[in-house]
Amino acid sequence: MMEILIVVLSTLGAIIILIAAIGILRMPDFYLRLSVTVKAATLGVGIFLLCAAMEFPFTEVPIKSLAIIFFLLMTSPVAAHMIGRRAFRSNIPMWKDTWVDELEETYQQNSNSSINHGQSPQEDQKYRT
Amino acid sequence: MTLETYFDYVIFPILALAVLIVFIRLYKGPNIPDRIIALDLIITIGIAMVTAFSIRSGKALFLDVAMIFALIAFLGTIALSFYLYKSRQS
Repeated sequence: MMEILIVVLSTLGAIIILIAAIGILRMPDFYLRLSVTVKAATLGVGIFLLCAAMEFPFTEVPIKSLAIIFFLLMTSPVAAHMIGRRAFRSNIPMWKDTWVDELEETYQQNSNSSINHGQSPQEDQKYRT
Repeated sequence: MTLETYFDYVIFPILALAVLIVFIRLYKGPNIPDRIIALDLIITIGIAMVTAFSIRSGKALFLDVAMIFALIAFLGTIALSFYLYKSRQS
């Protein structure tokens, strides 16, 4: 019974990871690729770790795999946010059909009035070498 | 069909195909952030492969490797985005 559940869940996780990989190859611009990658891959890996927790019950493995799931859920959105922010700041082009860009006005206003983008001048001065 | 043969003949080929597809994007990737997220996805698939190997071989010890992989993926992405920030400024 448990083995059937492990087979079904691991197949589901592998297919979700494959969908994430196809998405990163086929999506037209960087931001869509980022959104595909983070969500789908985190879900797939989480399902795999649940399978590991089911394979070894009554040991230390369920706690460990829950810790890895928690860690992935905490860190991967932060990493995606940072890399997406950096990409937006360094003017990575969007897809031609993207028609909502809510940060565009803020960005241009900031660059016109020479206020640094989201960071205080002192902090920007500190990082400047 | 036992669990081991199912993992050997179905799960691992799917994951290897996924890594191969992501590697095409790592090779092509027009900009640096594309390559960074492709590397991040490769390491995330690596966590899944290590976990699947842990289930297949029946050794729970490999989950420690998965935990270290999760740490390294986060640190690598943060460090590379900080590198982008610094290189844009100078």
